Amino acid sequence: MTHSRPLLTLLILIIAALTIFPVFGDEFYQELVIRLMIMGIFAMSLDLLIGYTGLVSFGHAAFFGLSGYMLAIITPETEAVSIWIALPFCLLVTALAALIIGWFSVRTSGIYFIMITLAFAQMFYYYFNENQYLGGSDGIFIFFKPTIFVGDIQILNLNNPQSFYYFVLTSLIGSYLVLSVILQAPFGQVIRGILANEKRTRALGFNTQHYKLVSFVIAGTLAGFAGFLEAAAGGIISPAHLGWHESGAIMMVVILGGMGTLYGPILGAFVMGFLQDYFQEIWSAHWLLLFGMFIIFVVLFLPKGIAGLFLQTINRKGNGK
Amino acid sequence: MSAPLLVVQNLSKNYDGLLAVDCVSINFQTMEVHAIIGPNGAGKTTLINLLSGDLLPSLGRITFKDRNLTDMPSFAISQLGIGRSYQKTNIFPDFTCWQNCWLGAQSRLSTSMRFFKSAKNYAKIHQQTEQALALCGLEKHTDNLASEISYGEQRQLEISMMLATEPELLLLDEPLGGMGTSETQKMIKLIKQLARDRTIILIEHDMDAVFALADTLTVMVNGKVLATGTPDEIRKSQDVQNAYLGTEEENK
Repeated sequence: MTHSRPLLTLLILIIAALTIFPVFGDEFYQELVIRLMIMGIFAMSLDLLIGYTGLVSFGHAAFFGLSGYMLAIITPETEAVSIWIALPFCLLVTALAALIIGWFSVRTSGIYFIMITLAFAQMFYYYFNENQYLGGSDGIFIFFKPTIFVGDIQILNLNNPQSFYYFVLTSLIGSYLVLSVILQAPFGQVIRGILANEKRTRALGFNTQHYKLVSFVIAGTLAGFAGFLEAAAGGIISPAHLGWHESGAIMMVVILGGMGTLYGPILGAFVMGFLQDYFQEIWSAHWLLLFGMFIIFVVLFLPKGIAGLFLQTINRKGNGK
Repeated sequence: MSAPLLVVQNLSKNYDGLLAVDCVSINFQTMEVHAIIGPNGAGKTTLINLLSGDLLPSLGRITFKDRNLTDMPSFAISQLGIGRSYQKTNIFPDFTCWQNCWLGAQSRLSTSMRFFKSAKNYAKIHQQTEQALALCGLEKHTDNLASEISYGEQRQLEISMMLATEPELLLLDEPLGGMGTSETQKMIKLIKQLARDRTIILIEHDMDAVFALADTLTVMVNGKVLATGTPDEIRKSQDVQNAYLGTEEENK
């Protein structure tokens, strides 16, 4: 994934806008943007599967929600937990879950892959939905955000809304960079090969199932990171976070934003978030109707999503070269 | 004669009762060009698919340099040094020519589970990719998308991609299929050049090319081996005349 100059400009503009936003935006919108940045991380993690490896996972929210529950479990009722304990714990559990689910799932393909990932996610959903100890269908509160101490010094106080905002922004940028690096590396070349032509990739000497599994684990773990942030941001995690609605919504974000681009899903998260906010304002009872029409419009007229529209525009302008 | 490089013994492939390959035994000698000819439906492509691991045999045994390949998946067979091209061009159309070959070369890293160093910074792969492209005369298309080059060049690219994996045995499934005269000449020249230090198993319908290239010929009909021999022996064989070559001549 090479960054052309217009794309680099776009990314810098996005980062700049997000960086100065808390100075102007009021608290409500700041809260909203935090959630959208988290959604961006979640969507990028799914893009690694759908847009780069060709694995259409319909159960990706399982990792998102599972990690949130892990934060709830490891956070005591009366005090905060150190991020150095909580984050590795959440990511490790999610990675393990992704390894197990992935091990079964990558053996299938096409519609069967969609069904098996959905089935696993629904198992998680019903488990947490029935578990009274974890709040059942109401979910469970997380009263304290994790603390970040090095020695006795607090590096960052996540309870401060602005600090938390910048923590999430850094996470978003960091996730983007890590994924970009992975996609440039030999591993990234192989999964692109799998997406384009799996049989040929195998015949060239790659055990494609291994690569699909590793991609699944990376994506699941990153979704777990987003879930960790989501649970910390909202202070609550519920079965809805890992249901098929959530898996479907995040898939929509990826498709809307543009598969196989990484930045597209981030844009998709923002467009989706603000449109939801806007549609709810203008026609609160039937906002989903407006939303559905918008999705149909995008799928029909912008098959490559918002990122595709962007690429089209810059290609038209830069046709000279 | 030294031990054969690849030994096929009693190999059969059964598709729901249809014996596409029926108890085939062939020895492929090191450094020869061994062509497999026969009418459509003789089981030639199925045989290649069995050798490359794209299909698993129903019965029989395949041995490559004393290693049993019979139930190996295609990626493992490729890792042993057996490369293949497909009858129907099988490349990565949205990749550049460079990226196509690059992926082939990259498969020779001990593992591609490498996540941090950019793929561009592996010098050895660079060199392998460059060599593979140069061998097939595709240097000028390095940065072109595979979907944008001509059909003949795509066939060459497929071979180039395979060469990037540095195989010692090449399985070529109708490399001349659908090509024009000048492209055919180019490809024959290329195969001759490759044959200098590699073993080649070739399926081809173009009889002029087959007789120009092959050291040994095997004729297949209805999934069975009808005859194996030098081009001269095959040409003179009455059985082969009756079953295959004769009709070919009449069609001309």
